[in-house]
Amino acid sequence: MAPLLKPFEEMTTADYRELGLKVGLEIHQQLLTEKKLFCRCPAGKYSEEYDAEILRHMRPTLSELGEYDGTALMEFKTRKDIIYQINHETVCTYEMDDTPPFEINPQALDIALQIAMLLNYNLVSEIHISRKQYLDGSIPTGFQRTTIVGVDGWIPLGKRKIGLIQLGLEEDACREVSDEGHLRVYRTDRLGMPLIEIVTQPQMHTPQEVAQVGNLLRRLVRSTGKVRTGIGAARQDVNVSITGGTRIEIKGVPRIPMIPLLIYNEALRQYALLQIREELKRRGITEQTFRYESAEVTHLLSRASWDPIRRALKKGNKIFCVNLKGYMGILSHPTQMGKVFSKEISDRVRVIACLTRLPNILTSESTEETIDSFTWKKIRKAVRAASNDALILVWGNEEDVQTAVNEIVIRAREATVGVPSETRQALADGTNGFERILPGPDRMYPDTDLPPLEITEERIERLRAGVPEPVWERERKYRKMGVPEHLVPLIAASPQAPLFEKLVQTYRVSSVQVARLLFERTVYWRRKKLPVERLTEEVWKTFFAAVEKNPALLENHDRIFTEFLQQKGARPFEQILNAYRTPPVPPSKVKETILTLLKQAEPSFREPEKKYRYLMRQIMEPVRGKIPGEKVSTMFWDILTNQGE
Amino acid sequence: MSANYKGYRDPALSVLKEHQVQVWSDVEMKTTRGVFKGIILPRSETADAKHIVLKLRNGYNIGVAVNIIEYIKEIGRKEAHYKIPEKEFPYDERKPRVKLFGTGGTIASRLDYRTGAVIPAFSPGELYGSVPELAEFCNLETEKLYGVFSENMGPEQWIGTAEAIGREIEKGVQGIVIGHGTDTMHHTAAVLSFMVQHSPVPIVMVGSQRSSDRPSSDAALNLIHAVKTAAESDIAEIMVCMFGPTSDQYGLLHRGTRVRKMHSSYRSTFRTIGDIPLAMVDREKITPLRHDYRRRRSDRRVLINTAFEEKVSIVYYYPNMKPDIIESLIDNDYRGIVIAGTGLGHVNKPLYPALKKAHEKGIAVYMTVQTLWGYVQMYVYETGREIMGLGVVPAANMLPEVAYVKLGWALGQTDDLEEVKKIMLTPVAGEITEREPYNGYLIYQGGIPEVEKFLREIKR
Repeated sequence: MAPLLKPFEEMTTADYRELGLKVGLEIHQQLLTEKKLFCRCPAGKYSEEYDAEILRHMRPTLSELGEYDGTALMEFKTRKDIIYQINHETVCTYEMDDTPPFEINPQALDIALQIAMLLNYNLVSEIHISRKQYLDGSIPTGFQRTTIVGVDGWIPLGKRKIGLIQLGLEEDACREVSDEGHLRVYRTDRLGMPLIEIVTQPQMHTPQEVAQVGNLLRRLVRSTGKVRTGIGAARQDVNVSITGGTRIEIKGVPRIPMIPLLIYNEALRQYALLQIREELKRRGITEQTFRYESAEVTHLLSRASWDPIRRALKKGNKIFCVNLKGYMGILSHPTQMGKVFSKEISDRVRVIACLTRLPNILTSESTEETIDSFTWKKIRKAVRAASNDALILVWGNEEDVQTAVNEIVIRAREATVGVPSETRQALADGTNGFERILPGPDRMYPDTDLPPLEITEERIERLRAGVPEPVWERERKYRKMGVPEHLVPLIAASPQAPLFEKLVQTYRVSSVQVARLLFERTVYWRRKKLPVERLTEEVWKTFFAAVEKNPALLENHDRIFTEFLQQKGARPFEQILNAYRTPPVPPSKVKETILTLLKQAEPSFREPEKKYRYLMRQIMEPVRGKIPGEKVSTMFWDILTNQGE
Repeated sequence: MSANYKGYRDPALSVLKEHQVQVWSDVEMKTTRGVFKGIILPRSETADAKHIVLKLRNGYNIGVAVNIIEYIKEIGRKEAHYKIPEKEFPYDERKPRVKLFGTGGTIASRLDYRTGAVIPAFSPGELYGSVPELAEFCNLETEKLYGVFSENMGPEQWIGTAEAIGREIEKGVQGIVIGHGTDTMHHTAAVLSFMVQHSPVPIVMVGSQRSSDRPSSDAALNLIHAVKTAAESDIAEIMVCMFGPTSDQYGLLHRGTRVRKMHSSYRSTFRTIGDIPLAMVDREKITPLRHDYRRRRSDRRVLINTAFEEKVSIVYYYPNMKPDIIESLIDNDYRGIVIAGTGLGHVNKPLYPALKKAHEKGIAVYMTVQTLWGYVQMYVYETGREIMGLGVVPAANMLPEVAYVKLGWALGQTDDLEEVKKIMLTPVAGEITEREPYNGYLIYQGGIPEVEKFLREIKR
């Protein structure tokens, strides 16, 4: 077969262009609200503790699947028991689907509308709540309540515009605790929290572009100060396709820096699957000519010593063998970094047949020490395998193993078609694994529990006033103001940016100083675990108003703020500040000090610069905070240089 | 073919006409807020008249205000025709015959995913299409009796349903299931308990609290439990079969005269009041919780008595109630009044003259308790004795709704108040019990350590 793609590090923009890589991004961002979206439970309270458990099953509804065909019924038979752990503090009867929804949280809707304005969306006049079906149990209703607040937005990427398809406001799902065999357990505290979903057009063509767009969107939404931050508060999905491949949705990327490698691996996987299809075609195997055989081979393995098989036999499991005609070599064809095609099959068996203990299959192409060649020979005979066939063993209880055999055949046959439509899951190593079959197109339907809600012009106008300036415009402005370059992007994306601008405009203090204090020193104090949330707008105003009159205070900022932040009591900032507001030292006094010091014994310096550096600190010691250092410095330098003459 | 503007009124209607588009038009709308593309959907009749509903390409619906529209261009038209796939219900001669009556609830329905309209699934083929498990238990026949919401059920439907049951039993059916909206299911269950007596087969009422278009619906499981009960159980009574706990675990079979809907939305909303349920049912088995029920018989005899007097009312007493409430019933020729009194069965003194007048006019007045649990006991306090002296008859531990339908049924049979009293106080189907078992009243209070322990450990 043709060689695979170049390694990740060596891929160029041209390589991706040749592949026809197209990527779209979906960003899920939790909003900073007090309460959940459709009930009055507190949002953002997480706990491992739970008070009770509820058991539910998800039943495929007719419309989701059209008719109940064999596969759907089979899936239903190998169904999961779904347990929800509930904590009385964070969950009410709404989340458990025992109470209809309350009106949508207006605070969440306002934030979503503001972000939609920030991202240049066309706002809808009336929102309609829809239900988006999920059969995995991650939402107890079996669907997510979701609504669109804007369509067709955009953000800039260099000179291009990246289109944003829609902005949705929806409820967050459960957190999965475990998923083993036929039992899946969810924690419900996160369920129902308001979340926005931003969906871009598939207009990014390299993994790096996707990361750029992801970062820009992240900075934009954060600039509002109305979104949650921290682990799990923002999650990304990427949609990847290459020419000839299929749009694959990879869910749950926790961090943007992971995105490039993940996209590379998916491009690689699709490329490899297309290669496999070509190879099968070359061998004359198509969807129509695909053949397989399967048989129970439990009796042939009674003496096997390989652990997984021995364990299965001990549990009374059945072992089946599937013979994929003409598939030799296909199962061990690489698909992602460190993964081969048989992994695609193993994933399906794990998810669909609930055989979650790995390894769950064994192929005739395994290079590991598993079962002996004599046993393989007997198995080959049982399934009438020719030398160019590939075999897969699978084990489990009678029902699950039947499902597994069917699923192995389904996935193997799909190899003749190319890249099957799937939802996949991002893994920590940059690869991805099967999550579920892509839901049908009809998974969205109107929520009959809530009426449409008009978004009035008045509401939009009120909200528009609070929409932050886009970060790219702020950046331009700050560069002009002379803000240090490393602080520019930081301030532009900060919810504190309006405060920064207000302080710079109101007080005659340098923007650099304000920037340093607000965005560097604050971080430093936070790292020292000081309660920086005490630094309110009022505190900053008080400080800079004082600095304006008495610039020397700036030099004492660390002492002033540290004292204010460290105090156990509640002394107002003003009071602490006043202690440092000593009357200014007159220049004549400073001159006196300088002259006295110069007269004292000293090492002789040949250059005045060295002398200056040596003595400056000593001069500053008694007058720090009482007269600006800059003034002292000039005075000292003048005296020094005059003396030299 | 005439144009379709379903649900649209002016000004939206005029805008649609002006731009020559209609429901199901695939359009591009230019507005002051940008361009929107999608299919025009019907509008709910209760929504305002200033928005047009669009289904976007991504499946979401939105509303566009007509006053921001600059133009609408029709690109095409995509009409939806939604139909429930039918599959022939398999026949197995070894399985019992079960009849399913429909009265209008949404026990089995499908949603039109585009409009949100509910389409009932009801024929055996449709039901088999959506709940194939039913074929494990029986050969199913269905008949739609009515198509009304639960709150619109009344004497006409009760009588019709009772008669239909009678006909089916005569034909030799082995079990009957009645699909019913949940709001008044316990009223219908009670009245059928009086109208249909000595049934040789189980008669099971069933509904759903979450509609069947949702993956988490209780509808399929309730229907499976009900059909299994009708086909296999030996309890030949009128029962309500609904979720036991909120978890998908088992259903409870409640006696038709002791059951009540106790929560506006919970799955496990139906509870037996003042007693324990008849049995538990799951997919595998039916587990009786008591043994004093009427057993299944192989004959086809049943007593159908559909007498009913409609001029009966239920009065929920509240402090400071004025006698004009009672007087207006007297003036409007009511023949029976059931009072849901406070505590052991009390009302205030100002009502006395009106109650006396009612009695003198030959109106049957019965006392029940709004506490729901417990007996009327009018000897304990003087008030009670006084009220009895006015001709008010204590109705033991009959639930108020049950007393209401029973009084209608009794007055339908006779004008003689003594005869009515005899009928009222002679239990027909467990509506009055001789004793209230200790575990008949259990309302656990959350927060108490041992209850929380129970929730955590026994769970669900």
